[in-house]
Amino acid sequence: MRKNRLNILVLFCVCLSFSFSRAQEVKIIDFPGFEDRIQRSNDTLYIYNFWATWCRPCVKELPYFTQLDSSFAEQKVKVEFISLDLLDQLEVAVKPMVKRKLPESRVLLLNAPKYHEWIDKVSPEWSGAIPASLFVHKGREIYTFKQQSFTYDELSTYVEQLLQD
Amino acid sequence: MNKQTLRFPLLLTLVCLFTLGYAQSPKGYQIGDIVTDFSLKNVDENMVSLVDYEEAKGFIVIVSCNSCPWVKRYEDRMIELHNEYASQGYPVVAINPNDVTRSPGDSFEAMQVRSKEKGFPFDYLYDETQEIAKAFGASYTPEAFVLKKTTDGLKLMYHGAIDDSPREASSVEERFVGQAVNSLIEGESPEKPRAKGIGCSVKYRAS
Repeated sequence: MRKNRLNILVLFCVCLSFSFSRAQEVKIIDFPGFEDRIQRSNDTLYIYNFWATWCRPCVKELPYFTQLDSSFAEQKVKVEFISLDLLDQLEVAVKPMVKRKLPESRVLLLNAPKYHEWIDKVSPEWSGAIPASLFVHKGREIYTFKQQSFTYDELSTYVEQLLQD
Repeated sequence: MNKQTLRFPLLLTLVCLFTLGYAQSPKGYQIGDIVTDFSLKNVDENMVSLVDYEEAKGFIVIVSCNSCPWVKRYEDRMIELHNEYASQGYPVVAINPNDVTRSPGDSFEAMQVRSKEKGFPFDYLYDETQEIAKAFGASYTPEAFVLKKTTDGLKLMYHGAIDDSPREASSVEERFVGQAVNSLIEGESPEKPRAKGIGCSVKYRAS
């Protein structure tokens, strides 16, 4: 009897931690955390797409980045979606949109609302408008920044060009 | 720029940016440049030029719009800026350049409605040709430009974010625009002439 109870308790805890980790599907990072991320040393081309739920052109191009991510997986291209939504929008706007449109594991919320302190660190070319995307391949010394909207064709052409150079 | 940031060879980065990249946002006035006056239609249907403000010592030009949620978080603060600084010679002048075909909520009529709803105490001008926003090099809304009247003309003294807290006025630590205008009122140059922010991209017509 007692053992049973213990089992139930363990099961309950497992369920609880599982649901807790589900609730954490959008990871929150700060700017130093983002800087660490782009320093990851490997052989993959990382594309960091800066977006926000309130930015219509950003939302429009999200599927192109998702498509790119799956089409170029064999060429070691990986997309991460960096949400610039404010933290108060996480539950009400970001998570619902992620659920509908994006692979959850690839979405991060960059909680760094003092933009003037870090925009130039990503790129001096960045005026502050989004959508914007950063292309980083550490092994091949690629670090390019694009402040623009992409169509799928533009995006795939650009990535192919980066991979060839 | 922070030394830590680009640990990748800078030269290569620059070459890549130069050969592959192009900046979508137009290159506009730099700090210290003389700004050309304009004539744009205000929400009250009158044409407005900066020269019409005879009493002004300068301006807080804000490239804005109706549709951007980021702007909405700032509208009350724009009103406060005007109320605080217009009487000291620095009125707010808001300009909406968004292409109505790309952003239907930014029509002139919608501007009139929004201005009335919020009771904007400042002029809200329609940059239908987008030439003024391009001249300023505006790329997102809301983007602020503080101008000072000099004998040479209107000089750009500050460019960038309104303050350091888009989320809410209560957590602002640095009022970039307010600080810049305070400096000008005291006869000094702004300590921080440039502070970047983020916002909705200006909806330029495809060229």
